[in-house]
Amino acid sequence: MNALRGLTWLLVLQSIGEVLSRGLQLPLPGPVVGLVLLLGALNWAPVRDSVAAVADFLLGHLSLLFVPVGVGVMVHLDLLGRYGLRLAAVVVVSTWIGLAVTALLLRALIPVAPSELPPPNESAGPQ
Amino acid sequence: MNEFVQLWVYLSSTPLFGLTATLVVYLLAQALYVRAGQAAWANPVLWSVVALAAGLTATGTAYPTYFSGAQFIHFLLGPAVVALAWPLWQRRAALRAHGGRFVIAGLVGGTAAAASAVALAWALGLPTEVMLSLAPKSVTAPVAMGVAEKIGGVPALAAVFAVLTGMVGALSGKYLFDALGIGTDAPGWMARGFALGTAAHGIGAARALQVHPDAGAWAALALGLQVVMAAVLIPLVAGWF
Repeated sequence: MNALRGLTWLLVLQSIGEVLSRGLQLPLPGPVVGLVLLLGALNWAPVRDSVAAVADFLLGHLSLLFVPVGVGVMVHLDLLGRYGLRLAAVVVVSTWIGLAVTALLLRALIPVAPSELPPPNESAGPQ
Repeated sequence: MNEFVQLWVYLSSTPLFGLTATLVVYLLAQALYVRAGQAAWANPVLWSVVALAAGLTATGTAYPTYFSGAQFIHFLLGPAVVALAWPLWQRRAALRAHGGRFVIAGLVGGTAAAASAVALAWALGLPTEVMLSLAPKSVTAPVAMGVAEKIGGVPALAAVFAVLTGMVGALSGKYLFDALGIGTDAPGWMARGFALGTAAHGIGAARALQVHPDAGAWAALALGLQVVMAAVLIPLVAGWF
């Protein structure tokens, strides 16, 4: 029941997000507006308890959700074939640059152990 | 034999087929991944995509037919993006204490990924629409599609590049971090997780989550930050050109 309520909250906030995004022509996509709204709503215990139940499940299986889009690669095989090597070089090198810059920068900015940071409240995030 | 063909034609044309095939193949890939000791090469998204694409090609099933069923899984990406508020909220104390540093690392790292992708695509002479579809590739697929649409890229291509980027990050992240001398102590896991969430979105975060719970939590935080920042900044920057 809680998970059902949580899923309903997610969908309601996503819908409000879509309406605001389109209505006010915000630069943020609907689900992102929903994320920001949920961030505020989580301070309210009834929302928090029900959303926690479904969020941990959804985020724990996040990689599954990319499979349908991923299979779409087959539709673009001609394009990937035509520019294959160049596209591969762009995707691989830019991903490495992004990973390296982020990791090294954060390591330099926060040299302390996260355990010395204020601990996360409630349970330990998506498992 | 003929009856079998008819049965197959019927089954493969209902949404039931795409949905069931996706779940079954993914669970098999997940089992293989666990059997392989969660080795990076055994990434379940990669092998699910390869197996499903090969299966569809071999049986002559069109992607839209498959997607009519798989869309029920695809749809959950929207609520999943909203749900990212949960790990962000859980880490609000750390965010409040070190928020500026996380934002700087996410901003600089995300910019480095997007800018290097566009610059490389331009240098290698890729068409403009491909180049614009590459810009949001570090952001999770549904947001990447929205951003690509706003800046004149091709949403479907942006989704493909986002998935490929996530796989590259999930497959090679470990070796890159080892080579860079990023440890596996607590700050090391934070840097590894946060970097995977920033540059390799949900697929990178899923990998981080499987390797170490702390890395996964920081990856989810990075993913949430990246989604908000990229959705605002990429169209803004693209508007200057």
